[in-house]
Amino acid sequence: MTDTATITRAEICVVAAAEIFRGAGEIMASPMSTVTTIGARLARLTFEPDLLLSDGEALFFAEVPAIGGKAPIEGWIPFSKVFDVVASGRRHVVMGANQIDKHGNQNLSAFGPLQQPTRQMFGVRGAPGNTINHATSYFVPKHNRRVFVEAVDIVSGIGYDKIDPENPAYRFHHLHRVVSNLGVFDFNGPDHTLRALSLHPGVSADEVAENTSFEIAGLAEAGETRLPTEEELRIIRTVLDPKGFRDKEVSA
Amino acid sequence: MRDKRMSLDEVVGELRSGMTIGIGGWGSRRKPLAFIRAILRSDIKDLTVVTYGGPDLGLLCSAGKVRKAYYGFVSLDSAPFYDPWFAKARTGGEITVREMDEGMVKCGLQAAAARLPFLPIRAGLGSAVVDFWDGELKTVRSPYTDADGRSETLIAMPALNLDASFVHLDLGDKHGNAAYTGVDPYFDDLYSLAAERRYLSVDRLVETDELVKAVPQQSIILNRMMVDGVVEAPGGAHFTFSGSYGRDEKFQRHYVEAAKTPESWAEFKATYLDVSEDEYQAAVRAFAEEQK
Repeated sequence: MTDTATITRAEICVVAAAEIFRGAGEIMASPMSTVTTIGARLARLTFEPDLLLSDGEALFFAEVPAIGGKAPIEGWIPFSKVFDVVASGRRHVVMGANQIDKHGNQNLSAFGPLQQPTRQMFGVRGAPGNTINHATSYFVPKHNRRVFVEAVDIVSGIGYDKIDPENPAYRFHHLHRVVSNLGVFDFNGPDHTLRALSLHPGVSADEVAENTSFEIAGLAEAGETRLPTEEELRIIRTVLDPKGFRDKEVSA
Repeated sequence: MRDKRMSLDEVVGELRSGMTIGIGGWGSRRKPLAFIRAILRSDIKDLTVVTYGGPDLGLLCSAGKVRKAYYGFVSLDSAPFYDPWFAKARTGGEITVREMDEGMVKCGLQAAAARLPFLPIRAGLGSAVVDFWDGELKTVRSPYTDADGRSETLIAMPALNLDASFVHLDLGDKHGNAAYTGVDPYFDDLYSLAAERRYLSVDRLVETDELVKAVPQQSIILNRMMVDGVVEAPGGAHFTFSGSYGRDEKFQRHYVEAAKTPESWAEFKATYLDVSEDEYQAAVRAFAEEQK
């Protein structure tokens, strides 16, 4: 028997990350952090067996390894071919975000003015191409007002208020979920604004509101994020992450 | 067939200040850093750089050689991830940037390779990329309509034409045939196709028959039409990785730490940069010994 009484916040987040991919089918899952990688692998081992998972470098895994582990491969996906997959739309990426606003605009580029920032990060990376081509979700391990802001400094990932409905080039834009250490959200609030779907066990609506710079739709009505099943806990704890890397990303 | 072997200094002798150069590799992966070190030893300046950036761009920024940069990202690929010298150049407002989506870099190189003025791409629409380009990035409207009679308006990614390109591969011959031996070719073939003058460094220079026997044919990504100069530079990608050696994580961290104060950088520069490539490689071996 797996001990469900000791379920951690990180494990809740792993399952919420896995749920991002429910119904995804035969597409490339591209999680960009530890917890979301465990989540994508958990989805593949349970309810989404046709997901394609890469090693984050250039190989597709045929079987699902533990975090940091190796596994037999089934194919080749060098960076040049990743851009082909992006343009094809057969992908769901889960990126991080230094900032995210209520319409889903995201920043991982830099803070401050474009040509003379106050703090430099990565640049826009693949965020513009990801968000306009295929399903995109975000994972925020420390939900606070510095991340959930009124307005992002630099729009790397595009939000719903950037869509030109007259231009069919925007028709593939879809922001699916935001998972944080406090809850699960989507953009189905009024005018495609951030809406609470569920809060993790032990998290109050006040706590979320205090840690967000804008009003979140449906916060009072949001239910509780589901717990991992015994089978999911077993896979997380003994198969995918026996060393507990998930706790380094999400504490408490 | 022409013997294209050159020295690093001969290659730099063909460069001019103000050139637009493309740098192959990706982040901190198979970067042509022996060429970059040679440029740092020269008085070449005011460069426009096109890159999937890593410590290549950082090192050029450390010497104030960059005027303008076109890139999809800049990353060291391992902690602390953000390149310190690129960050200083940016926060100091020392360089003009044309930041773009990663896929736009590939697209712009493909346009240049095919001698087209632009290629349409979806990536970039709605994002700050358009603002980064200060009016230099335009859109293009499809002459074809969809079933509803609507036309798509897309980013018209301009050709990223290069005056010179620099790439590092694991294995090559003196004529410019060359192969990678790792898991990813990156975009080194496109950089060569997009450039006027094309420079290649290799860890190991071999005869053509040895090259073609050593690797699967698909790995030979450069042919003679794509290369003007070949430099044999063992360890030429250090401290990024190449086919036969991994990234030197300890040295990369040393680079990042050294960038923190003028004093530590002066020492790093004297030991590793104000020296010949041979002396650099010797100093790097000494550093590795010290770390043991």
